[in-house]
Amino acid sequence: MAAARIYVPGDSAACSVGADEVAAAIAAEAAARGITLTIVRNGSRGLLYLEPLVEVATLEGRVAYGPVTAADVPGLFDAGFLEGGAHPLGHGLTEEIPYLKNQERLTFARCGIIDPLSLDEFIAHGGYAGLRHALELAPADIVAEVAASGLRGRGGAGFPTGIKWKTVLDAVADQKYVCCNADEGDSGTFADRMLMEGDPFALIEGMTIAGIATGATQGFIYIRSEYPDAIRVMKQAIAMAEAAGWLGDDIQGSGRRFRLAVRVGAGAYICGEETAMLESLEGRRGMVRPKPPLPALEGLFGKPTVINNVLSFAAVPTILERGAKFYADFGMGRSRGTLPFQLAGNIKRGGLVEKAFGVTLAELVYDFGGGTASGRPARAVQMGGPLGAYLPVSLFTLQQDYETFAENGAMVGHGGLVLFDDTVDMLEQARFAMEFCAVESCGKCTPCRIGSIRGVEVIDRIAAGIDHKRNLDVLTDLCETMTDGSLCAMGGLTPMPVMSALKHFPEDFEPRRATLDAAE
Amino acid sequence: MHPAERGLDEDSLAAIDAITARHGNRPDALIEIYHEVQEALGHIPEGALPRIARALNISRAEARGVFTFYHDFRDRPAGRHVIKLCRAEACQSMGCRSLEAHAKQRLGIGMGETTGDGEVTLEAVYCLGNCALSPAVMIDGRLYGRVDATRFDALVDEFKRRAAS
Ligand SMILES: Cc1cc2nc3c(=O)[nH]c(=O)nc-3n(C[C@H](O)[C@H](O)[C@H](O)COP(=O)(O)O)c2cc1C
Ligand code: SF4
Ligand code: FES
Repeated sequence: MAAARIYVPGDSAACSVGADEVAAAIAAEAAARGITLTIVRNGSRGLLYLEPLVEVATLEGRVAYGPVTAADVPGLFDAGFLEGGAHPLGHGLTEEIPYLKNQERLTFARCGIIDPLSLDEFIAHGGYAGLRHALELAPADIVAEVAASGLRGRGGAGFPTGIKWKTVLDAVADQKYVCCNADEGDSGTFADRMLMEGDPFALIEGMTIAGIATGATQGFIYIRSEYPDAIRVMKQAIAMAEAAGWLGDDIQGSGRRFRLAVRVGAGAYICGEETAMLESLEGRRGMVRPKPPLPALEGLFGKPTVINNVLSFAAVPTILERGAKFYADFGMGRSRGTLPFQLAGNIKRGGLVEKAFGVTLAELVYDFGGGTASGRPARAVQMGGPLGAYLPVSLFTLQQDYETFAENGAMVGHGGLVLFDDTVDMLEQARFAMEFCAVESCGKCTPCRIGSIRGVEVIDRIAAGIDHKRNLDVLTDLCETMTDGSLCAMGGLTPMPVMSALKHFPEDFEPRRATLDAAE
Repeated sequence: MHPAERGLDEDSLAAIDAITARHGNRPDALIEIYHEVQEALGHIPEGALPRIARALNISRAEARGVFTFYHDFRDRPAGRHVIKLCRAEACQSMGCRSLEAHAKQRLGIGMGETTGDGEVTLEAVYCLGNCALSPAVMIDGRLYGRVDATRFDALVDEFKRRAAS
């Protein structure tokens, strides 16, 4: 009989709740019982509420157990888990778990399934098919395919990727660059990290296609320093792709050239803004550059540069492999394809849910997420990161679509959803939004740099009931100034969480009894 | 030599020079250089800035500006262990504000401070990408999820045990 094959994620979120200890316990227990087995450290399936999720390969498919602790391991062996035996932690076939079965996984199709650092497994699971096809096409045809897919930037702004690539393709220059924005600083988002740790070659493949499509020969992946595991995995994967001729001066004998390097951020949220990222890549402070010039024309070192998010690049191989129409057939309105939503915060079943656009907040929060972790009623969702709106339960009917959200004063952003129960204090959340802006502002323009500090003060006065009505007006005014007068979306969007909190939860902005008593 | 550089010992000077040289003294490598100097020396001492500025042919003001802009870089040594507590929204929804209060009280220090015995530095961070398993904490580059006061104490006790043995 062949040695049993066990999967224990090496993903850092899985490890944060004990996956390494579980893997060690399984190895030790197997040795003690004289059983030989292979433990694969796969990425995460994204069912984070079940992590560490251990899977066993059986003839019927992979069988899941989770969340497993090291202490559960002897019992799992006793229950015959190596043959898929029944156990209280068992969930049957992984693919049949509703949370996973009801998803539409394109970008994350391989994540959690393969050994992230096995090129053979990557290719066996469809990897590099998109690039192979791209190598047979003229650059303009690759760009046309991406444009026809309707893919829009997954990093937050939702700008059409095809148009951006065409601008770079049409630009005439001796050198062009491809930069991947892997700064993922938004609270509630972890899809970039999961993909880089769980399927790094997917990102490499997408960036290579971007290089070939636009004539760029050098790429950089700007990864935040808070992600040491992603940095390590990406560096290893790049070295492996180079050694196997998938990166370098003559990609698979095609005569096309593309190289990649990793650059590490240094703890500054604003470096996720694309021009600040370029400044940082050039060794400077992450100060936002005014646009124009567009980075597509004058980007890194003044050269035409494609800048995309991890998820945008990782969506491209599927488009090249299966065609623009296949991808565009998912979604609604002008939001085509799928988005890896990230369910986070006070939620029972947190994790990554890749779905076509059009899914509602309620489906994500309740059907997938199972409501709050605390068991208390849900009160609000913050969608789209720290600059996104706070939405009340009455708006959980909203469908995920860039335009629908914009019409409701909200944004889809990078697909991160943070759930709060009824103990949340919305004034506190609004205050934090201003505070965060004050801490992370690049300092270039006054509305953002000073406005955010004033914002914290005004909200404190509102809480204290000082000139209550007038200070509410001042806050509204200040938010308008920040929206209209800021150079980038840091200062420009901070009013979104603040004003949405005020609009949907005005009762939390009433003067506070306790503070008033203290003041008397 | 800039007066501040005199505060550096020979080994530190050599380490800094080796790092800048390895990057071909290129100004665009400044952030990578800072990361490596901090890795090698535990922090970026005052005297390192003028030396790096000279090697890269940038102004001292530029070198200092970059140094102060990024939250990662420190001008004094950290404790033997660095605990980063996430303060962002997903962790807030799961009680990171009270976890922070507990951590400060348990360690007897504020955010950005180091315990008197040099054992632990406590720092704020805004999202560690573990938002589905919040509250999240990172200790010496390793991520921990679902950290409540009890788990926090267990992690700190673990240092104490190791330091004592
Ligand atoms: C304050 C701020 C932070 C941002 N952070 C990120 C980020 O972490 N990752 C990202 O891909 N885009 C981020 N963006 C958006 C980028 O500026 C840019 O639109 C994006 O990287 C382009 O790639 P895409 O078209 O593939 O989305 C941020 C923007 C702003 C204003
Ligand atoms: S809005 Fe804020 S972060 Fe953006 S450029 Fe102005 S100061 Fe910098
Ligand atoms: S908000 Fe704390 S880890 Fe993301």
